[in-house]
Amino acid sequence: MSVVSISSVNKIFGKPGENQTIALKDIDLQIEQGEFISLIGPSGCGKSTLLRIIGDLISPTNGTVLVNGKPAPQARENREYGIVFQAPVLFDWRSVEKNVQLPLEIMGKSPHERTARANEMLELVELNGFQKHYPYQLSGGMQQRVSIARALSFNPPLLLMDEPFGALDEITRERLNAELLDIWSRTKTTIVFVTHSIPEAVFLSTRVVVMSARPGRITQIIPIDLPQPRSGETRESPRYYELITQVREGLRGGEGMKE
Amino acid sequence: MTESTLPGALVKNTEDDVMDTLGADVSVPPPDRSRSLGMMLLRFALVFVFVIVLWEGLKFIGGTPWRFSTNDGALFNFTWFPPFPMKFASDLNMPHLWDIFGAFIQPAQRNGPPLIQVLAQAAVVTMQAALAGFVIGTLLGLLLGTIFAHSPLLERALVPYVVASQTIPILAIAPMVVVWLKAGWWSVALLAAYLCFFPVTINTLRGLRSPDPRAIELMKSYAASRWTTLWKVRYPSALPYIFTALKIAATTAIVGAIIGELPSGLGEGLGRVILNFNSEYAIRPHKLWATILFTALVGILFFVTVILVERVMTRNMRKLES
Ligand SMILES: Nc1ncnc2c1ncn2[C@@H]1O[C@H](COP(=O)(O)OP(=O)(O)OP(=O)(O)O)[C@@H](O)[C@H]1O
Ligand SMILES: [Mg+2]
Repeated sequence: MSVVSISSVNKIFGKPGENQTIALKDIDLQIEQGEFISLIGPSGCGKSTLLRIIGDLISPTNGTVLVNGKPAPQARENREYGIVFQAPVLFDWRSVEKNVQLPLEIMGKSPHERTARANEMLELVELNGFQKHYPYQLSGGMQQRVSIARALSFNPPLLLMDEPFGALDEITRERLNAELLDIWSRTKTTIVFVTHSIPEAVFLSTRVVVMSARPGRITQIIPIDLPQPRSGETRESPRYYELITQVREGLRGGEGMKE
Repeated sequence: MTESTLPGALVKNTEDDVMDTLGADVSVPPPDRSRSLGMMLLRFALVFVFVIVLWEGLKFIGGTPWRFSTNDGALFNFTWFPPFPMKFASDLNMPHLWDIFGAFIQPAQRNGPPLIQVLAQAAVVTMQAALAGFVIGTLLGLLLGTIFAHSPLLERALVPYVVASQTIPILAIAPMVVVWLKAGWWSVALLAAYLCFFPVTINTLRGLRSPDPRAIELMKSYAASRWTTLWKVRYPSALPYIFTALKIAATTAIVGAIIGELPSGLGEGLGRVILNFNSEYAIRPHKLWATILFTALVGILFFVTVILVERVMTRNMRKLES
């Protein structure tokens, strides 16, 4: 059974009669347990929209989205999603620790369990010792790591990330990429990851989903057969460059079809 | 501020963020507020001295001629004829500061207790009503703001009436309230509440809508209930807005209570004292001035209390740059 099963999903924004945007058209996608899927495509092609539909933050105009065999709204009620946005969206009145604990608090976990779990997660994102800090005392990269720790805190089987490292510099981004892969291999979470960066998509993913705009469609799905675990060496292998070229051409092709 | 001030107190078992912000936290040194509070007092004192100098300077140049005499108990004899007498700086319009401050220790009525004692007693009466009004108005404002934030329909239907209520002069309403509630302490509190609830309603509404939409989406992804979202995200985000309103409400509560006392004929509050000295103004202006100063001080006391509570409750709420 697929973790995510999307069949013939369309999303149209705006009411009939007004000027409508076809954000997604005929999307079909199966995501298996433990995959790392990247969505890549030009701005406005519906990547965020697709991610938000999977996470049941908005509903599709038509089509079905099943998560672990259940409709998306039910999966959301079961708390099967961890979500990370481009901005950390931390609560500035809560300490780092309390931010990470928020989902656990809502789920009614005991204070003891919350603290233990938050410490574990902060360890995972290498922020041990920052428990009592407040968000304004952290750098942008650290804030984003807190938001990742928060998303992972309740062990969601599916992690949805919308350009989580888009606002960071190249060096921080590469470090967080390595960290994310480490977390992924340890937690066995399935990840759907939106990015604008071709190298990032290739480095991280098991499959790259290439999309094109107006209307937003999937034009190509490229399996990334780089060996696991990925490391600095991966970035130097010839296959890595081949795949980058392949994704780039996939994106061009999508553009070409539009014209 | 306790949970009873928030309608969301219905949520049980979730420890609330509003209280969390009060929780002590040792390892992060809070920003040094004591210094800024000291600075605030210093600035206040400086401006005060400046006003004193300006006031007496004007009197020196353009006031009514005055005279100290050892016969009246002064330390030396002194007479001064200001060079450019101006009407607005006369003793009737601008009494000398020593007369104003002197009025505090002189008997308010012949053979009565000193004015300061009369004022202090009256202030206690007025402040009780103002405080009750402040609390009622705040609760009502929080409740209405919360309801409007969750129901655009009710917002559109009722907000015009809330606004209209504030365009009616309180002087017109005061006698009605007094007649309904039989000229009592409660009618005064209610009039104070009437002035307080408006800014609290509007700012609560605004504040509850202030969180980042993505923060609300996150709560949705945790399958958090409306109440939980309200309690853990919306109220904490609204705190700065609510406190802005509370600062306005703190001062209007005093005004509302004083005005409320006038038609109620209650003889114990600051309103009655002001009314008495109003009628005596032509003879003893310094007494009304002293009363005004004292009333202002009461208002400032109220205001500063709100600021102190705000500082404690929002001390970690520094806005992130993103
Ligand atoms: N709430 C909305 N109402 C109307 N149109 C919307 C809404 N959200 C998105 N759209 C439209 O849907 C299309 C896809 O938007 P989406 O945010 O999914 O793009 P994206 O691929 O994430 O772009 P980017 O890479 O710039 O983040 C865009 O044309 C956008 O204008
Ligand atoms: Mg996007």
